[in-house]
Amino acid sequence: MVCLAAAALAAGVLTACGGSSDSSGPRELTFFVAIQPGGTIEEVSKRCSEESNGKYTITPEFLPTDASQQREQLVRRLGAEDSSIDIIGMDVIWTGEFANAGWVEEWTGAEKKQVTEKVFPNVIETASFEGKLYAAPFNTNTQLLWYRKDLVKTPPKTWDQMIEEAEGLEEASSIQVQANRYEGYMVFVNALIESAGTEILSGPEEVDLEQGPTEKALEVIGKLANGGAAPPSLSTSDEDTARLGFEAGESAFMTNYTFAYASAKEEAPDIFKNMGYARFPRVDASKPSKPPLGGFNLAVSSFSDNKDVAFEAAACLADKDSQKTAVELDGLPPSRSDLYTDKTVTSAYPGFAELVKESIEASGPRPTTPAYQDVSLAVQRALHPPDKIDPDDTESVYDELKSLVEDAVKREGLL
Amino acid sequence: MSVNAPANPAPQKAAPKASSRTRSERKLAWMLCAPAVLAMLLVTAYPIAYAVVLSLQDVDLRFPDEGGFAGLSNYSTVLSSSLWWTDIFNTVFIMVISVAIELVLGMAIALVMHRAIFGRGVVRTSVLIPYGIITVVAAFAWQFAFSPETGFVNNLPLISDEMDWFGGRFSSFAVIILAEVWKTTPFMALLLLAGLVTIDDQLYEAARVDGATAWQRFTRITLPLMKPAILVALLFRTLDAFRVFDTIFVMTRGALDTESVSILGYNQLISRLNLGLGSAVSVLIFLCVFLIAFIFVKGFGAKVEEGRPS
Repeated sequence: MVCLAAAALAAGVLTACGGSSDSSGPRELTFFVAIQPGGTIEEVSKRCSEESNGKYTITPEFLPTDASQQREQLVRRLGAEDSSIDIIGMDVIWTGEFANAGWVEEWTGAEKKQVTEKVFPNVIETASFEGKLYAAPFNTNTQLLWYRKDLVKTPPKTWDQMIEEAEGLEEASSIQVQANRYEGYMVFVNALIESAGTEILSGPEEVDLEQGPTEKALEVIGKLANGGAAPPSLSTSDEDTARLGFEAGESAFMTNYTFAYASAKEEAPDIFKNMGYARFPRVDASKPSKPPLGGFNLAVSSFSDNKDVAFEAAACLADKDSQKTAVELDGLPPSRSDLYTDKTVTSAYPGFAELVKESIEASGPRPTTPAYQDVSLAVQRALHPPDKIDPDDTESVYDELKSLVEDAVKREGLL
Repeated sequence: MSVNAPANPAPQKAAPKASSRTRSERKLAWMLCAPAVLAMLLVTAYPIAYAVVLSLQDVDLRFPDEGGFAGLSNYSTVLSSSLWWTDIFNTVFIMVISVAIELVLGMAIALVMHRAIFGRGVVRTSVLIPYGIITVVAAFAWQFAFSPETGFVNNLPLISDEMDWFGGRFSSFAVIILAEVWKTTPFMALLLLAGLVTIDDQLYEAARVDGATAWQRFTRITLPLMKPAILVALLFRTLDAFRVFDTIFVMTRGALDTESVSILGYNQLISRLNLGLGSAVSVLIFLCVFLIAFIFVKGFGAKVEEGRPS
């Protein structure tokens, strides 16, 4: 039976049934990845399977849209050494954890060179752990400041200016951010701390969080959350509620990913007419801001039975053409810097392709550590709800944050 | 709901020693029970024992090469953490309030079901519908209902349109408790109904002849005779409510200090893959549940056999 089926698949290679059975049609690769509503994943899987000339076929296996749930499903399988995963769509923050646990394979030699060619250096950084590359950069992502040109003449340079300006508006006086207790809040907090001039960790196990700049970042959150610029459901807001609030005309400002542009065009043409964009605001007026950095890199599972072809397939899934497909179908920014003058990118980001590129280059990635999950939970726990931060006295919250993060990198304590 | 086999009602004969027939019957009984006992050992005793073993170790799936015997350090980490005690408070708070409301409502519904003259089957079935709905689905339905963007609740009179139910601790508790009560009151009502039907109608007739009011009949006849059924219903629901997870996970994911101990365990086990710490939390939850059952059985004299619904 197996022989017949194999023969049918490999159409013509009937001799294979005589003795050796190693040429039994394309190898089946399973690609575990977050679903993209525009169909990018299906499209690139299909193209790469076709281009392999019968060497392999890639079947996508979709994970939920929520980042924490994607990770939970993956780590449960990887922790149990599941061989049914070949290629992993790995969020930029999982690299340290997956690499340290020995779940993903290192990239070396010509393949490493191929997948890192012309890629932003800080994106390569998110796919690396302890100097070794563990994934092929696919798409990246960053946040911009979106504002209403009909209400605001020039976009604010700093958060303080923006909060003051929003509070002075008669309508649409709120600022949309992401502050539910989830990874998106960690993104927001990290961007503010980085922009203030310090960082959460300076190494996989070294806590930085310099007091002055960190308290300045906390002050911004406290000022926003306790003042007139806070939207009513700030403490449960995410990317989507932020977008909805902005599109409903409730807010003059929003920090959000690039999808917000296409969404407003589709859903709220009146607001879209006046939609302006600028770089993520500064925390410290004298230091350039460091916008958030997101995205997915493609890794090969250490428990795969098809590692040799999986590297080849992952390299194809992350190549230039695939990145163009991702920006065309789902508006995801490419990780290759040379694509930002390409027509697919400039037409997806009309007028702001250069701003996206500049934001990615200047971005402040979230920390890389095997205990990332613990660090993120600790930050969320220390600083949520955002209105617990008193902008006039940030020291007590700072102490709590620092001690929780210190425990978290050592993986101590309950979280 | 077979919690315990009913006590053997066979009359005790004053035989000096068991006959060979009794002995072989007893042997047969053991053999018939053996598969069930084995299955129970396999699916409950083994995981519990394994959790205890894990809780004494330093195991983290993300660090496969590290670890080893940790003694009771996982337990001391959990018990010395303010988070554990906050979560115990949250869990007990939700448990006490929701079970109290369920008892009152459940009793009322049981009385209605008992007295229903026509359409008894329809009444009983329709009351059970919420209990048949999957908890996660019910939790989402209530979450949407209370959401400021999509819900209808804020459009009701007396409620502010701006009310952000999931933006505060106790307003979140209110919605969580409401969803729990809505879902499990039917179960409570059914258990109570089982106790209600065992009361002999003649007692009520006699009381009525003696001139007792409806309230007196309820407090002097119904409640005392239903005590076993009420205690068992409370025991089951309390144990269930202590392990509350789905509703909170869907509605707040434990934000704003609304976390229950089950969510705490989930975070350590599933999210952090810290099996040692997570198992310690699980074992402590198990002990709490055990303690609750102990208090009910020894303290209040709940007898699972007598009050069983059937």
